[in-house]
Amino acid sequence: MDMSKDLVAASATPLVLAILAEGDSYGYAIIKRVNELSGGHLRWTDGMLYPVLHRLERQGHVAAKWRESENGRKRKYYRITKAGRAQLATQQRQWRVVDDTLRGIWMKARTA
Amino acid sequence: MTTPADGPPLEDQIAQWRMYLRRRTAINDPDVDELEGHLRDQLAALTDAGLARDEAFLVAVKRMGNLDALSREFAREHSERLWKQLVITPAADEAGSSRRAEAIVVLSLAVAAALAVKAPALFGLRLSPDQEVPPFYFRNASLFVFPLLAVYFMWKRRWNAVSGLWLVLPFAAGAVFANVFPWETVAVDNAPKGRDTEVLTMLHLPIALWMAVGVAYVRGRWFDDGGRMNFVRFSGELAIYYVLIALGGGVLTLFTMMMFQAIDINAGWFVGPWLLPCGAAAAIIIGSWLVEAKQSVIENMAPVLTRLFTPLFTLLLLAFLATMAWTGSPINVKREVLIGFDLLLALVVGLVLYAASARDPQAPPDFFDGLQLLLVVSALVVDGVALAAIAARISEFGVTPNRVAALGENLILLGNLSWSAWLYACFLRHQGSFAALERWQVAYLPVYSAWAALVVVTFPPLFGYR
Repeated sequence: MDMSKDLVAASATPLVLAILAEGDSYGYAIIKRVNELSGGHLRWTDGMLYPVLHRLERQGHVAAKWRESENGRKRKYYRITKAGRAQLATQQRQWRVVDDTLRGIWMKARTA
Repeated sequence: MTTPADGPPLEDQIAQWRMYLRRRTAINDPDVDELEGHLRDQLAALTDAGLARDEAFLVAVKRMGNLDALSREFAREHSERLWKQLVITPAADEAGSSRRAEAIVVLSLAVAAALAVKAPALFGLRLSPDQEVPPFYFRNASLFVFPLLAVYFMWKRRWNAVSGLWLVLPFAAGAVFANVFPWETVAVDNAPKGRDTEVLTMLHLPIALWMAVGVAYVRGRWFDDGGRMNFVRFSGELAIYYVLIALGGGVLTLFTMMMFQAIDINAGWFVGPWLLPCGAAAAIIIGSWLVEAKQSVIENMAPVLTRLFTPLFTLLLLAFLATMAWTGSPINVKREVLIGFDLLLALVVGLVLYAASARDPQAPPDFFDGLQLLLVVSALVVDGVALAAIAARISEFGVTPNRVAALGENLILLGNLSWSAWLYACFLRHQGSFAALERWQVAYLPVYSAWAALVVVTFPPLFGYR
């Protein structure tokens, strides 16, 4: 399924924050997780994740640290911060409102 | 796993991909590391899934996304990097250690220039806030800095020491002719004033010695026109940087005076004899370094200013000619009028030179070239009118060193512009190439220096040191 660019961009922040809330992670693993969670429907261009991560880092929602990975290379790990968790909660509420609203009107359309 | 026989090995491909990324200003080194890590993880996963290495590479790069789109996204998030590149970051491919070495050399030379200005004080020629600056300082101003600037370029262009020694000659000659002549110091209101020919030396010695700096700058590429043109570009950019640094220095000076005044301490003894002369000398070295470091990064300013002011000066000259023709008022020949028109011609030559420096010689003539020709022709007409007015009254003036120097300069600039106008006209009529004009301009450069050297060497004895 081809998702609209705007929708992909809008869902990126809550998705990344939610994945990091499960535990610290890094770029490639985050992409893989998104793939698993969406059953392959949500396809990001891999590189585009990084500007999102950097923005979240600048806003203080995540913190980053370079660490040695299991294969011996340096890797940048991201961790969600307290502010990030608060942001995630806000986003969850907002998305629920959108979801409820759409659900409401679509249910009505189906029953009508 | 084996590397396929065809195509470059994987590591080379990754290195090349890295290089493409690194060229984007918005993506910095840590970002490239991060993206490379991602690419390698992706490659590992794809080869584990059974893809050949080169197939895996293609797929992984494709999934990473279009480089233009990617760098646009990075630029949106890191817009500051686009600016910093212009202001702070040196060229990316330069090694860190050589950059540091250059910074150390430049700072040492800047300190040396500052100390050179203070060295004469050891021999009793002091700078003091309550006295006029002795003429010695003005005569030797270029000698404090230009040799050190030449040393910087010799270091940077890796001159060997023996051929470098030849460059000592012009500076040594400059030092001799700046100081050997027996000018009497005249005192006007207790302040030493330079004699006429002494002032001419002060003004012309820097022009003569700038060519020696140019030789150091181009290092053996003097007769390749590109070399001299690059030196012209360098000179223009340095002038602009120098003005900017001087503005900053002026602000620093004002604050120094103001703040110490607030605690009733007069900082004049520091500002006059130390801050201003040492800063002015060191700023030339620092400015040159900035120009060298930035030449690939920032758009050159001199051609931009040229584009901006060529139409305006053309307009001024045409308005002047039209007004003169309309009102019929003749040029009021006063003492300084010749020098004024010299400066006008020098400015027009500068505009032509910097327009040429930024132009693609292969491009066909356009509107701006026509404008340049109009500028040159109107400057020639204005100068011709002025010269005619002066010639009519030349006997009244008598011969003084200043007038001979000014007349000589006028003729030299007139010669340059006349031939430039001819070459421009040929070019506009598609009968010549722009390269001919560029060649003419750079070939003419030594004439200015030769004339300046002539003034420095022969005028004082010729006019009896008056």
